[in-house]
Amino acid sequence: MNIVTALSGVVIKELYRRKDFYVLFILTALITLVMGSISFFNDARIARYLKEICLMLIWISALVIATTTTARQIPAERENRTIFPLLAKPVTRWHVVAGKFLGCWLASGMALVVFYFFFAVVSGTRDSHWPLLQYAQIVLLHWAMLAVVISLTLLGSVILSAPSSNMTICLVFVLGILLLGRHLNQVALEQPEPIRSLIYLVYYVIPHLEWYDVRDLIIYEHKLIAWSDCALAGLYAFVYSGFLLMGTWLAFRRKPLHL
Amino acid sequence: MAGVSTQTFASVKSRTIYFWILSLLLVLSFTLATVLQPRAGTWTSRSGAENVLKVVLGDGRRLFANHFFVQADVSFHSGYYPSIFDHTALPKDSSPMIADSEQHDEHAGHACQGEHDHNSAKCSDDHAGCAHDHGEKGHEHDPHEKAMSFLGTPRDWVEAFGRRFMITEHTHLSAGNEREMLPWLKLSAELDPQRVDSYTVAAYWLRTLGKVDEAERFLRDGWRNNPNSYEILFELGRLYHEARKDIERTRNIWELALAKWGEQQANSDEPDLRALSQIAIHLGRMEESEGRLVRAVELLQLAQKASPNPEVLAKDIEELKHKATLPVKAP
Repeated sequence: MNIVTALSGVVIKELYRRKDFYVLFILTALITLVMGSISFFNDARIARYLKEICLMLIWISALVIATTTTARQIPAERENRTIFPLLAKPVTRWHVVAGKFLGCWLASGMALVVFYFFFAVVSGTRDSHWPLLQYAQIVLLHWAMLAVVISLTLLGSVILSAPSSNMTICLVFVLGILLLGRHLNQVALEQPEPIRSLIYLVYYVIPHLEWYDVRDLIIYEHKLIAWSDCALAGLYAFVYSGFLLMGTWLAFRRKPLHL
Repeated sequence: MAGVSTQTFASVKSRTIYFWILSLLLVLSFTLATVLQPRAGTWTSRSGAENVLKVVLGDGRRLFANHFFVQADVSFHSGYYPSIFDHTALPKDSSPMIADSEQHDEHAGHACQGEHDHNSAKCSDDHAGCAHDHGEKGHEHDPHEKAMSFLGTPRDWVEAFGRRFMITEHTHLSAGNEREMLPWLKLSAELDPQRVDSYTVAAYWLRTLGKVDEAERFLRDGWRNNPNSYEILFELGRLYHEARKDIERTRNIWELALAKWGEQQANSDEPDLRALSQIAIHLGRMEESEGRLVRAVELLQLAQKASPNPEVLAKDIEELKHKATLPVKAP
C-alpha cells in the first residue's frame, strides 16, 4: 500500500506543477464572475443562471483535468523510459496501475474541492443560501463518477497508442453517456429486434455516469438525496472502477514496455 | 566610435530600418482604417448598434436564442422538463412555453379576464388567481399537468435507480422566484430580437413581480425591434391598463394592436385567432368599464368570431346590448 501511496503522491505533485488546473480554474472563475456582474432587470437576487453556468464550467473542467492527467501517465513513463527504473524497484505493474489511478483520483478530488468551494462562495453570497449537505453530496457523487472516468482513461492509455486519441475517445464516450445514457432504453424500445436487444445490452453494460450528475437538484434547490442511494451509487462506481482497473492491469501486464 | 564594431553598427542600423518600416505600416493601417470605416458601414445592412454576438454568431444565434427560451421554461418548471426523447410530451407548438395556453382562452370573458396567454408559465399564474386555483402544483385534470407527466413508470431497475438522482416532481416557480427565468429570456431576446415571445413573457413576469418600469423598457425594446408586433402591443397595453391605470394610452395601444393584427393576419390562411380574441376581449372589457357599451359590444362580437367556443361570450354580449339600449337615467 505504501508503494501505491508513494506513486500516487508523484501524480498529485504533477497536478499542481502543471498549469492545466490553474488555467481551467481561472477561466471558470473569470467567466462566472463576469456573468455574475451582469445585472438583469436590476434584480440582484437572481442566482440560478449563475449556478447553472458555474456548475457546467466545473463539470467541463473536472472532466478535462481527469482525462488529461490520467491519459498521459503511463505513456509518459514509457516515452521517458522512467518505467524501467520504476519497475526495477520492488514495484509490480499492478502497483503502477493502482498508484496512477489513486494519484489521479485524489488529484481530481482536490481540484473538485477547490472548484466547489468557489461555487459555494459565489452561490452563497448571491442568494444567502448555504445547503452544505447538498454540496457534500454533489462533490462526493462527482468524485465517484470521476473514479470511473479515470479508470476508463487509464485503460485507454494502455490500449490506445497516443494520449490525445485516448483523451478524445474517453471524452466523447463520457459525454455520450451523460447526454444519452438515461434515454437509451427509450430508444431501444422503439427499435425492431434484434437492434432493440443490442441497444438494451449497451444500456446495461455502459457505466451510468448520468446518475452522478445532480446539478439540477442544487440549482433548483430540491431536497437532499437519500444517503443510502448515494452509498449505492458510490458502490456502483467503485465496482465499475475496479473492473476497469482489472482490465487495465491485464492489458498492461502483457504490454511491452519499450516503444 | 572606436569601441563599436562594424557588426554592432550594422545590427543597430537594420533595427532602425525595421522600426521605420513598422512605424510606416502602423501609420498606413491607421490611415486606411479612417478612410474605410465610414464606407464599410454602407457595405452591409448591419447598424453600429448591433452587438458582438450578432456579428460573431450571425443567424446561428437564433438557435441559441431558442435554447435560452426553452431554458427559461425549464427554469420555470424547476428543472423538471421533457427531453427530446420524451417526444410524446413535447408541445406541438414551436415554443414549449405556449404549450397549454389554448385551453384557457374561453375563460377570458369570465373570472380570469383573459389572463391566459403566451405560455405555460403565465397560465399557471393566471390559474392561481382563478377559480381553478392549482397553486404551485397543477391538478391532475389539467392538460398541462398531463403533458408534463412524461416520466411514467420506470422501465427497468437502471431507470428506477436513476430517478433518485433527478427531479421527478412537476412544480412551478412561485413566491417571487419567477425572477430566475428572466436572465434566459433576456439572453434569448439579445440573441434573437425578432423573437417576440421573449419580450412578452419577460414583460409579463416583470409586471407580475412589480418591476413595471423594467417591463415597459423591455417591451419598448421589443417594439423597436418588431414594430409590427401586435403581441408586444397587447402586452404593452396590459402594462398601461393594469399597472399604470392609463386608460387613454391603453386604448390607443390596443386599437393599434388590433389594426396591426388586421394588417398581418386578416388575409392569412391560418390567422392567429387566439391573439385577436385576447386583444378584443381585453379592449372590450375596458370599454365596458368605461361606459362605451356600443364599442364594447363590437369588440366582444369580434372576439366571439375568433373564439373556438363563441357561446361563452354570447351571454355577455346580450347583456351588454340590453344595457346599451336602456335609456340613461337623469341625475
